[in-house]
Amino acid sequence: MDKSYDAVMSRKNEIMKKAMGLDYSDFQINDMAFDYEKMMTKAGLPIDEIRKIQLSNKVGNTPLFELKNITRLVRKTSEKGKGARIFLKDEAANASGSFKARRASVSAYMAKKHGYKGIVAATSGNYGAAVASQAAIYNLGCIILQEVFDSRFKGQPEIIEKTRKCEAYGAEVIQLSVGPELFYCLLDVLEDTGYFNASLYTPFGIAGVETLGYELSMQCKDITGKFPENVVITHAGGGNLTGTARGIKKAGGNSKVIGASVDLHGLHMASDNDFNKKSFTTGHTGFGIPFATWPDRVDVPKNAARPLRYMEKYLTVSQVEVFFTTELLSQVEGMERGPAGNTSLAAAIALSRELPEDEIIVVQETEYTSAGKHPSAQLTFAKENGIDVKVGDPRDNVPGKNIIIPENISQLGYKEIPIDKLRKTYLKNIKKNYGYIDTKTKENVDFLTAELNINADRLAQLIQEVF
Amino acid sequence: MWVQIEKVVLEAKERTAKIPEDTLKCDYIMRLNGILIEGEAVKGNEVIIKTLTGRTITGTFKERLPEYGHDFGKPVEELLHIGPVHRKMLEEENNG
Repeated sequence: MDKSYDAVMSRKNEIMKKAMGLDYSDFQINDMAFDYEKMMTKAGLPIDEIRKIQLSNKVGNTPLFELKNITRLVRKTSEKGKGARIFLKDEAANASGSFKARRASVSAYMAKKHGYKGIVAATSGNYGAAVASQAAIYNLGCIILQEVFDSRFKGQPEIIEKTRKCEAYGAEVIQLSVGPELFYCLLDVLEDTGYFNASLYTPFGIAGVETLGYELSMQCKDITGKFPENVVITHAGGGNLTGTARGIKKAGGNSKVIGASVDLHGLHMASDNDFNKKSFTTGHTGFGIPFATWPDRVDVPKNAARPLRYMEKYLTVSQVEVFFTTELLSQVEGMERGPAGNTSLAAAIALSRELPEDEIIVVQETEYTSAGKHPSAQLTFAKENGIDVKVGDPRDNVPGKNIIIPENISQLGYKEIPIDKLRKTYLKNIKKNYGYIDTKTKENVDFLTAELNINADRLAQLIQEVF
Repeated sequence: MWVQIEKVVLEAKERTAKIPEDTLKCDYIMRLNGILIEGEAVKGNEVIIKTLTGRTITGTFKERLPEYGHDFGKPVEELLHIGPVHRKMLEEENNG
């Protein structure tokens, strides 16, 4: 069989169909529109069933903790009457150390149920460890493909840690240099092995995250007597936000869904030079914005993670604010956790300052920390890569150039990216990819208004403003 | 013997994906660990390994017992103030 780049890429659709047992053409309405809810129910499992599967496989029922000292510090540095209560869902307590276990669990269950001998995932993040951990539980073979090093073979410490963790769970890890050709390698491996593609973006994966939104809503109600008014979610590829938001709805809640990312503008995601200038490998705008405004850029024909359907506010914080928050969480709350959840915690601290004391903010994830992920590892690495680290005003921070650590909690802030700006970019991407935006038919209007979480009048306005 | 091999997946001139120029100048490289089953463990030799999922893969021998090499780094002096500053704030609050 021809294994050249072009030949393998041209077999993309048939490889994917075989590797997931899902025919996406079932959900297609026309060129542009598809039936998202039909696709999501095709995951085939109601939320109660998923909870059962997860709980019997070391996933879920993680604690929800109130961060009382951080809330007190916020109130001490805010206007009187301000400072919403901050709660943290300790997702590090899942078997693999992050919420990604939820996402992996349904894929591993499906792979086993349908007789696949193993599972494959292309990911440099916690998801690899999650898939490897679930594969160990189900006794499935497991291959993880990671973008690990630049052309000098300098590995990103956080990703090397993921390599180690995947191997600890018995997975084979394919380490690759910088570039999107990872997708070619993924197809090649799927074709060779006949394994299941545990893509991050299938309906199975997103359905697995719904339990997170469901649990946090119920736990918050148990502890405080009400659903949270606000839930802050670290946003990168969009699955965490989409799944959580759907779960909140399934619990009957109506929390405001707020995305948070680390601001890494100016660093190109596929640049060999920029690769090791990022202290964080995920949870940043380099993924957050492109994935929100064009979800179908992934390894499956239709991405089940569609954050603009749910996101009501999008906040960015800087890497330094996350380092600061990580240290603060250790020092005043006695919890040492990794950067992923601390991104949304940093945003939640700044947001809490503006909200009344009787409101609640839930930060919906933590991740484990370790060598490679810890601030000391990342700041040492940053210094070695020529980045200037000092204490001062974090507003002077320039991604890739310097890291200025705040003196105290009152300096934490966020920048807001208007959702309408993302909606407009989405519409431009529709036009770029399909050559037109046709809103003459009801099915197209229904599709676009659902995609952007707006009504038909607003859609017409936005289209007029953009074109 | 647990070893690491290296393979050039695509030479720089074969890369056609839309990527920045700095990346386009580099070969696309894979590294893979497994048990050495054929060939001599000498740097640069072509060898065959068996991976953890049982695949046999050919590549250039790189090293025996590949080290992860990541660590916790050095203590960061620029973070040292965070604990004391905020514990003092909490203490002041307790004292009214």
